[in-house]
Order: sequence, then C-alpha cells, then structure tokens
Amino acid sequence: MDALTVHRLHFAFTAVFHYLFPQLTMGLALLLVILKTQALRTGKECYNHAARFWGRIFGINFVMGVVTGIPMEFQFGTNWALFSRASGGVIGQTLAMEGVFSFFLESSFLGAFLFGEKRLGPRLHWLSAFLVFLGAWLSGFFIIATNAWMQHPVGYQLLPDGRFALTSFWALLLNQWAWWQYMHTMTASVVTASVVMAALGAFYLLTRQHLEYGRMFVAMGVTAGLIASCLMVFPTGDAQGRNIAYNQPVTLAAMEGLFTDERGAPLMLVGQPNMSEKKLDNPIYLPRVLSFLTFRRWKAEVKGLDAFPQDNWPDNIPLLYFAYHIMAGLGTIFVAVLALAAYMLWRGRLYDTPLMLWALMLLAPFPYIATTAGWMTAEVGRQPWLVFGLMRTAVGSSVEVSAGNAMFTLIGFAGMYSMLAVLFLFLLYLEVQRGPEAAADEHGAAGGSGSALAAD
Amino acid sequence: MKEAHTETLWFCLVAIMIAGYAVLDGFDLGAGIVHLFVARSDAERRSVLASVGPVWDGNEVWLVAGGGVLFFAFPPVYASGFQGFYLPLIIVLWLLILRGIAIEFRNKVSSLVWSPFWDVVFAGASAMLAIFFGAAIGNVVRGVPLDRSGFFFLPLWANLRLMPAAGILDWFTIIVALGSLAALTVHGALWVAMKTAGAVAARARKAADAAWWAVLVITVLLVIIVPLVQPHLGHRFADAPWGFVFPLAAAAGMFGMKLLNGAGRATGAFLASCLYIVGMLTSAAFGLYPYLLPSSTDTAAGLTVYNSAAATYGLTVGLYWFIPGMALVMIYFVFVYRRMV
Repeated sequence: MDALTVHRLHFAFTAVFHYLFPQLTMGLALLLVILKTQALRTGKECYNHAARFWGRIFGINFVMGVVTGIPMEFQFGTNWALFSRASGGVIGQTLAMEGVFSFFLESSFLGAFLFGEKRLGPRLHWLSAFLVFLGAWLSGFFIIATNAWMQHPVGYQLLPDGRFALTSFWALLLNQWAWWQYMHTMTASVVTASVVMAALGAFYLLTRQHLEYGRMFVAMGVTAGLIASCLMVFPTGDAQGRNIAYNQPVTLAAMEGLFTDERGAPLMLVGQPNMSEKKLDNPIYLPRVLSFLTFRRWKAEVKGLDAFPQDNWPDNIPLLYFAYHIMAGLGTIFVAVLALAAYMLWRGRLYDTPLMLWALMLLAPFPYIATTAGWMTAEVGRQPWLVFGLMRTAVGSSVEVSAGNAMFTLIGFAGMYSMLAVLFLFLLYLEVQRGPEAAADEHGAAGGSGSALAAD
Repeated sequence: MKEAHTETLWFCLVAIMIAGYAVLDGFDLGAGIVHLFVARSDAERRSVLASVGPVWDGNEVWLVAGGGVLFFAFPPVYASGFQGFYLPLIIVLWLLILRGIAIEFRNKVSSLVWSPFWDVVFAGASAMLAIFFGAAIGNVVRGVPLDRSGFFFLPLWANLRLMPAAGILDWFTIIVALGSLAALTVHGALWVAMKTAGAVAARARKAADAAWWAVLVITVLLVIIVPLVQPHLGHRFADAPWGFVFPLAAAAGMFGMKLLNGAGRATGAFLASCLYIVGMLTSAAFGLYPYLLPSSTDTAAGLTVYNSAAATYGLTVGLYWFIPGMALVMIYFVFVYRRMV
C-alpha cells in the first residue's frame, strides 16, 4: 500500500471511531437540559434521577470522545502536513476557536455537572448542564465550519507560496454550506441520542425493570427523535442536497448514480453502480423526482457524470453511492418507525405493544450507521479534492512520513481502539445494569472523600 | 528584516498557552507520577484521583487549544513539527488516551484487579508523558535538521550523540527529559500535598523534597550546556539582557519551593513551582525568539515568526476573538478551582 492510501485510511479510521461518541454526547446534552428543565419546572425527583443516570452515560461517552478526539487535531499535522501548511491560516482559525470557545467551556462545566449537584444547588446545576450543551454544540459548529471550508472554500486568497490566507472572517463563519451541514449534523445527533434513549427505555419495559424510567425514556426518546428525524430530512437534508447540487454537481451525480446527463432525472432507490459499463445495474427508481428535489422543476436538467472530466470524479463512486443511499434510506426508516411509535404513544398503546418496543430497541445501532454513512458521503464525495477545486488529496499528505511508519501507527490505533471499544461496551453494560435509581457515580463519592467536601 | 509586531504577539501567546498547559496539566501529570508512592491504600488513591478528577480534562484542553493556536498562527511550524516528530507525537497520543481512561474508569468497578491495574497505567503514562514532553522541548531548543523545503523527519533514536540528524533522543534531549520528569514530580507532589491531608500529604511533601535535588542538579546542568548546544540562546540574552528576568524567575521559583515546602506552606510551595516552570519555559521561548523551530543544519532554514506566520489579516482578526475568549476561560477556571477542587 502506498503512503497516501495509509494516511487516508489512518484518518478515516480514527475519524469514524471518534465520531461514534460525540454524536451521542451532542444530542444527549440537549436531552439532559430538557430533563433538568423538567426537574426544575415540576420539582419531581425522578427527572433528577434520570439526568444523573444519563449524565453517567454521557460521562463515559465524553471521555471516549475526548481521548479519541485529541488525535484528530494532531493528525492534521502528523499525517497531512502539506495540507496543514497550505490551509492552516484559514481552518486553523476555526480549530483554535473550537478549543478556546467550546472545549474549555464543556470540560469545565461537565465536572460541575457530574460531581457538583449537591454543592451547586438546582439552578446552578441546571446552568452547568446548559453550558455543557452550549460547549458541545459550539464545538460541533466550529468543526463543521472547518469541514465546510474544505467542501466549499470561501473568504480566502491563494498566496504565491501556495498557502491560503484568510480574507474574510465572516465569510468563513457564515459559509452557507456550514449552516445547512451544521443543522443537518446536529439534528442527526439528536436522532442518535433520542433513539438510544428510547431503545434503552424499551429494553427496560421489555425486561420488566425500572418501569417508571422505561416509560419516561421511551416517551422522551420517541418525541424528540420524531421531531429531529423530520428536521433531518426537511429542511436540512433537502437544503444540504441542493448545496451539493449547486456547488459540487459532480458529487451529486456520483451519489445518485447518474451516469448520463438527463432532463427529468430519476431518483434511484436501488441499484448497483457498474463502473466498467458506466451504468446502474438492477435500478428501481422514481422518474423525474431527482430533478424536482434538486431544482424544484420536474423536467430540470441534472448533470450526469459524463458531463465532467473523469479525473474530477470522486475516486470511489460505488462507496459514495452506497454510503449516500444507506444514509438516506435509514433516515426515511427513522421517520417511519418513530412516527408510528409516536402515534401509538399518543393513543396510549405504546408501552403495551411488545412488537413496537422490540422495534425501538433494535433501532439503536442504526443512527450510528446512518451518521457514519453520512460523513462518508461528505468526505468520499469531496474526493479527489482535499479542498474542493483547489487542492488535490494526493498532494496534501505528509511526504516525509513513510508508508511503514504510517502503517505502524495505524495498527497501533486499531489495537488501542479495539481495547477502548471493549471497555466502553463493558462499562455501558454496567451502567445499564445498575439502572437509573442507583446512587451517584463512585467518582463523585471519591470527590466526597477527598479534601474538597471536607473543606465545605 | 521587517517589523512583525502581530507575529511577535502571537509568538508570545503560543508560549503562554504552552506554559499554561505545562503548569496546569503538569500538576495532574505529576500527581500521576507520585501516585503509587504517596498513596498506598484504595482510599488514599481515591483522594489523589479526586484532587485531579474534575480538572485534568480542562487542563488538557490547554494542549488542544495551544495546538490549535499554533496551527492557526504559524501553520508551517505546525505542519513541519508535527510531521517531523511523527512517532513520538503518536506515542504521546496513545499515552494521553491510556491516562485519560485510567483516571476516569478506575473507580467504575470495585475489584482487586481493576483499580490497581489502572493505578499503574495512570502512573506509568504520566511519567512517560513528562519524559516525552521534556524531550520535545529539548528537540526544539537544539534544533532539527530542517532544510529549505521546510520539512524534516526524525527517527526516535539513531545514536545518543549530538549530531545534526541524531534522532529525537540524544544525550542533550535526555537530560531535558529527565529535568521535565523531576520538575513535574515536584510540581505534582506539591499539588497533592496541598490538596490532601494526613499520611498522603506528608509523603507527598517528602517526595517533593527529595525530587527537588534532581531539579537543582539538572537546572544547573542546563544553564551550562544549553548555550553550548544552541548558541542562539546565548546571543539573545547578550543582546537583550532584560530577558534575564525569566531565568531569574525560574531560580526564585526553584529555591522558593524548597524553602516554602520545608516551612510546611504547601500552597506557597506549589505556586513557587508554577513560577519555576513558567520561568524555565519563558526563558527557552525568549532565548529562541524569533525562531519557533531552529534548524540544526542550516541556520537560514529555521522557521521564524517572519517566515512562518499566517497572513496579517487572519492574525489580527484572531486577536479579536482570542483575547475575550481567553478572558472567559479565566472565569471558568476560577469557578472550577474555587467550587470544584
């Protein structure tokens, strides 16, 4: 394998693994604020129990997100040195802002949220939950703004030495690509957290334990999940699709498996890209729907792959096509399942319908698959560019780092992350077993035995 | 050479971020280094972990934010340095991962094999990180074999002699690494002494007292050899003697921590240790200026604030968010340190 391929796999692997955790914590942060608000509003202690329980799950995910997130920043320099040298003047801005504005906020107040409930009192504890939420969502924005600049570069100038200089700070932050992608990503993470919450609630109901909490989690998960999954499809997913159609038409053609230019282009539901014959095998499609979705006219022309030079095509069209279709297909399934569950909830039948509870429980892994496929759509779709239209992926990696050195660290990360995955699942299992009524985390108890509480 | 005020200001801000990281994460790294020695029983170990539990993550953000600031203000330095130090940096990442999960997961399971295992991971990873960070500083001070392409690549070790392309570890960087290990041992021990009570605090005071002698010996040694290894430092201090305030501050901190610790004043001793660390790092930064990464093979190929800063617009606009942003950070830290530990 050549060094470039190893560097790409290195980033892809560490990014995919990393994103399993923040997508839950970003969504869950919002649900925690809702739980704490309910606790303040109603004065019912069960909401505080629920917030503590999900706080412990949040904590485990947060640690995993932190320890797998630091390597992401380092890898810009270690594995993509030429890209970093060229674009640091622009995207370094948003990455540094993420550190200053969100990581400090999040990490400072997460400790307060997890271990400070007694010391802070209900209002300050609500505030710490809110600040954790704010930090998490700001962090998401700065990362998306960084990615959006690579997808749709704005507010820059190319200097004679090959480096990009920032010319407009506001263009960078107000990039229209960033805002739609941000809202699409954040609604997706609310879907992940809601589905996980509903799934755990369904598990408790099906196994006849913690029934009060099981019902609370199912009701809250289904409601929040339905709202978020609808927003994920429209307007955010729709607008993001149109962003791609206008700014990366070649990517849209590859995502949709549209090999030839068409007026009244069909929306492909099923089919396998056949790259040697440049057509889609076994297609099932809705005629003219793609034209309508993209340009709001049934007979609009949608450019096919043949309208672009082949060296500008994404370099792995089947992977891109399947990633996109898996994401979009699962998104549709989420809306359908959650809408049905919400209807049954409204009619008061959901808690006594085992089939629906089973469906909710088994839904848990799929938001993770959908978001991973979504990010693969964005990143594979941007190829062969690192910065769309400006810098090729092939010229961005660290030329001094040999394939062997990169392979060594890729294998090291694979081993390290396998161990992390086992630990994570084990600790999650323990928390689920202990359930929402269990007392506060032992870490908090340790805080109590230390000097801090003694001094209080 | 053109005037470069904004660039110089960002050089200072990068140095401040690194010093902030060293002082803050330094004490929780140091607490890890002394963890096995000063805390024997499970309850004692929980008290050491409780003293860093709510803050270690926030402290580590200084590294992430410092890296981000370097990336944004001096992209070629970030690119060249991170690529050139590829292997040690990735090992640092693995150590940070192990250490983070050791702190957070140690108390999740109550078992005679679970917590002792994570205690050893916490201690071992902390000590190795102190060594790696020290070696990194040693490499930056010594210079790396940068050529006109602006890039280099160093193996972990070649032989231990000081040569233009010796590798990350040579006798000089090993001395700096041991200095970092000793300094953070004292720093962490003083933190534990300040934040715990009883037997743990007493052992921590003794540990700080003993490790201080290593700090003294290595500091004196560095004062003698650094100007020989990196002559630029000597010239800088000769050209701008006001810069001697930095090493003097380090010296004051070094003797201050010994005297205050001996007098049983834990907080004062810890603050003196902060002063020592800041003094040492600012001395190095002052001595290297305008270099961020000097070249050991070709002086003109070194990366400086002049040839590697981002364009002026970006640097200027950065000040408008960085300064209020860090002011907010100070508010969070005051809140966390007053209310949580």
